Amino acid sequence: MSWNRKHLLDIQSLTPEEINTVLDTARAFKNVGERAIKKVPALRGKTVVNLFVEPSTRTRISFELAAQRLTADVINFTAEASSLKKGETLKDTARNLEALNADIIIIRHSATGAPHFLARFLNASVVNAGDGAHEHPTQALLDIFTIKEKKGKIEGLNVTILGDILYSRVARSNIWALTKLGARVTLCGPSTLVPKTFEQMGCKVTYNVEEAIAGADIINLLRIQHERQRQSMFPGIGEYISLFSLNKARLALTKPDAVIMHPGPINRGVEIDSDIADCDRSVILQQVTNGLAVRMAVLFLVSGGQGPQEVG
Amino acid sequence: MPYPKQLLNATGLAHALGRIAHEIAEKNLNGTDVAVVGIQKGGTHLARRLQLALEKIWGHPVPLGLIDVSMHRDDHSHRLPQNIQPTSIPFDVTGKTVVLVDDVLFSGRTIRAALDAITDLGRPKAIQLAVLIDRGNRELPIKADFVGKELSTAVDERIEVRFTEDGTQTDAVELTKP
Repeated sequence: MSWNRKHLLDIQSLTPEEINTVLDTARAFKNVGERAIKKVPALRGKTVVNLFVEPSTRTRISFELAAQRLTADVINFTAEASSLKKGETLKDTARNLEALNADIIIIRHSATGAPHFLARFLNASVVNAGDGAHEHPTQALLDIFTIKEKKGKIEGLNVTILGDILYSRVARSNIWALTKLGARVTLCGPSTLVPKTFEQMGCKVTYNVEEAIAGADIINLLRIQHERQRQSMFPGIGEYISLFSLNKARLALTKPDAVIMHPGPINRGVEIDSDIADCDRSVILQQVTNGLAVRMAVLFLVSGGQGPQEVG
Repeated sequence: MPYPKQLLNATGLAHALGRIAHEIAEKNLNGTDVAVVGIQKGGTHLARRLQLALEKIWGHPVPLGLIDVSMHRDDHSHRLPQNIQPTSIPFDVTGKTVVLVDDVLFSGRTIRAALDAITDLGRPKAIQLAVLIDRGNRELPIKADFVGKELSTAVDERIEVRFTEDGTQTDAVELTKP
């Protein structure tokens, strides 16, 4: 057992043992979701705040349900309907939430490092739900959890991440987690969105999609993030589809047991052919189920106390 | 008193378990609705051994489950999270007589958490408690139905229970002082 952290800010600073602790804990929590009573009292009396300064539906819902299944009280705070719109700083907003005795603050923000900033002055635990193009640690943890569930291991697997890497926090967190656990990571996509500098993170970079997917055990497709992109960086949807979309012809080149992943929301017909998204090699919906278990595990672990280990 | 002090050797432990099994059999007649549930981690091997002993006595299969109580403890925010093991109860607890099994009964807080965890899964007809060692120092009004060995201890002493299933050479129960 290896966990002594009050916050989950990124994957980069986690050890392989800590990552495995989250996965083991998540395995126990997945079990809770399969019961008639899908709730445990682990965080009874705790207050969890979803501080989503950047809009999100699926991650917020997943965290909200995770907190509820742990019996915590949850407040949702969205930027559109908040005092941030009235000119309040992030620091003041966070301190106000803490003045209400929030125990865990889950933050999504368009600025890299926003969760780290909060963790420096808050007494509450901080969980990063995505900061800019930097990291999205719970997404990487749920992806790894799903891969381990399907393949039984991470070490030695060939994982290809295909799509917009440059603007993707999902890609960065996945690269950290996968390389720490001994997978071989290949990145592929338009050259403007997959700069060679990623090789410094221990990945292989290729612009040839056939080469990228041929030997892959896992193919993780990333959504083209229109909202984070400048026009000049992107070749155009039509060109992207013809060069990089996972269609039937390309699927035929992959290993028969290669697993298809996507963090969602999927753009059917763009990064993935609609039929492939629904085929039995796609684990897209299992990722959603596992995301809940992983987020329960994270909320449980960060809220653990520092006191002596007692028995009995 | 020099530490570690041996409380039970392999023979003593086997006798204690055998006695507990017979007491369970006596209290529950033919045992058709009895299920054994071990508390992770200390109760897992004991529960498995008790299951086998009971199957021998009754001559029919006895369901075995394992339960982790970390999510139901009242001290989560006071101590580091423990290594959670999956809860696996491959039967419906409703209507069953559940015999909870743990190695050491101390404060009683683990058992309180286990009672909550079990009742989250259904409504057993009854829950009974079997422990190998009752070391006293209860903090809650909880009492075991079946006890292998009872002794009074100081709170700063520890009880180490070792099973061959974990790779030790022989079963043993020792009193130590860290």
